[in-house]
Formats: sequence, C-alpha cells, structure tokens
Amino acid sequence: MARVVVDVMPKPEILDPQGKAVTGALGRLGFSGIAVRQGKRFELEVDGEVTPDRLADIERAASTLLANTVIETFDVRVETDVAGTVDEDAPTPLGGTDHPGHDIDHLDEAR
Amino acid sequence: MAPKIGVVTFPGSLDDQDALRAVRLSGAEALPLWHGSDSLDGVDAVILPGGFSYGDYLRCGAIARFAPVMDEVVRAANAGMPVLGICNGFQILCEAHLLPGALIRNDVRTFVCCDQRLVVESNQTAWTSQFEAGQEIEIVLKNGEGGFVADADTLERLEGDGRVVFRYAGRNPNGSLHDIAGITNERGNVVGLMPHPEHNVDALTGPSLDGRPLFASVLDFLAARV
Repeated sequence: MARVVVDVMPKPEILDPQGKAVTGALGRLGFSGIAVRQGKRFELEVDGEVTPDRLADIERAASTLLANTVIETFDVRVETDVAGTVDEDAPTPLGGTDHPGHDIDHLDEAR
Repeated sequence: MAPKIGVVTFPGSLDDQDALRAVRLSGAEALPLWHGSDSLDGVDAVILPGGFSYGDYLRCGAIARFAPVMDEVVRAANAGMPVLGICNGFQILCEAHLLPGALIRNDVRTFVCCDQRLVVESNQTAWTSQFEAGQEIEIVLKNGEGGFVADADTLERLEGDGRVVFRYAGRNPNGSLHDIAGITNERGNVVGLMPHPEHNVDALTGPSLDGRPLFASVLDFLAARV
C-alpha cells in the first residue's frame, strides 16, 4: 500500500473568499502579516505499487474529478511506500517514551 | 401533443418540484427524470434544477456531473436539445463543460437571497426568445456559490459572441465577473443562470411573472423545430 497525496489550490487569479475569511480571523487574533489561501488535500490509499502507469491514472482522476482545472491547480505526489520500510522502523506503541499511559501515570504521581 | 420537458432530480435537488410546476403552467408536459437513470425518457428538453446535489460535496455540481443521466444530457445537449440549468443546474453544466467558466463562493461570503433585477442581454437562445433584448426583469436569486468566473479569453469570447444571456442590474450580488448572471453555449440551446425563473411564474408565490417567458420560449423553439 502507498499513500498518494493530491493537493488542490485555487488558481492565483481566482478569488478565494474562504482564504480571505481565515486571513481576517487570523488578523483579529493578533497573527498579523499573514495572508492565507485555502485549498484541499486528498489522501489516496493506493493498493499495490505506485507504478508510472498507476500515477498517470491518479493524475487523470485528479484532473477529472478532484480538481476543476478551470479554477484550480493540483499537485500529485507519492508520500509513503508503506510496504517498503515503515513496518520495521515504526515505533512499537508500548516502547515509546510518549506512550499515553506513561503520561497519565506521571500525572497521577504529580497529584 | 404538448412537448415533454424533463426535470432531473439528483440527491439533494431542492427546486425540482417548482421547475416541474413551472413547466406545467407553461402548457408543456412535465416529466420527472431520475439522476440514476440512463434514459431521458423521450423528452424534448431538459431542466437541471436548483438545490445542493450530493450535498455540494467536493465542489457544487462536481459529483452530479457524473450521475448516469448526465451522459445522456451531455449527448442530447451536443445534438441540439434545449437544456436549462438553474443555480445548482448551472453549476452542473459548467462542471460538465457544456458551458465555460465556473461558479465560486460569493465574494460577500454570505448566502444571498433576494429579488434580483436582471438585464436580458440576449434573446437569441432557445430559452429567451420571448424576451426583448435589453429588457429588465426581476427574478428570485438565492445562492452561496454564485460568483461566475472564467479566464480573460473566455470572457472576451462570451461577450464578443453575444453569449452573455443575463446580467445583474442595480448591483452585483456575488462578485460575478462582468456582472454575469447567465450564459449560453455557442449554439444557444444550452443556457445556465444563477437566478430562479421557476419561482417567478405565479403571482401567489413570486414577486413577478418574469420567469414565464423562459418556459414559453422553449415551447416556441420546440414548435418551430417540428
């Protein structure tokens, strides 16, 4: 399994009312000097290997449905190849120092 | 025999019943059509009604555009059948590339609901022949994503070819470029507009009867074609 991420953004010349609203809200919260444009992120879990053919398929899916290329641009990238490396390197839930149970114990002691 | 005009119901369509009623009032036979069907049941014209098809998920009209019935709508439209897209129907026609451009969130960032003055810019379409060019009318407008946008070349082509059909008058309620409220395709058989003419066909429920000529126009068009 692999994850392919498709980012979709409104084209620069297209008005982005959502981004404007977020920009305004940030300003009111004191986060000044920040302009936001809001897009969408799609995470595609893909069975099997992401071959060039598969990726071309996904590009087609993105331009057909995920993005409206009249008003949006999109970017396709392979994020992780889960089948390859992640199994070995992933931290085991109980072994990590940031295991939630650990924190709760610690808090109990502190009380 | 009265011509048959079909109205497609998608999951989330709101104004399909109003559109069917407007068709009946015009004297045509109104035929409900279903989004999941792959047939237009022999209708002479199709209306895509207003509402929030598929919950407006992804983009307004983006998912409805791939409903099974749309294959037939696209095929029929390309063969010259009159197709009218109202509000969400307009958004679906743009997503289906039967009309150029797209509709984005209103620049005022609010849902707009008002009686809107419009200028009929073109009566050279299947749906507007009963208007005078330049005529001012008042039609109900209600949408959150009615801002018409298109690139500069497309806008120039629409203006140059007389394909802007309706333009907002008095004020621009949603930031549409060139105050565009409705457009048509090259052939003039496909028209999309954000305002709701189906709500302006009965003095009891609408502020004007200015929506009636759209439905009368298509009857004229169909009668002339036979």
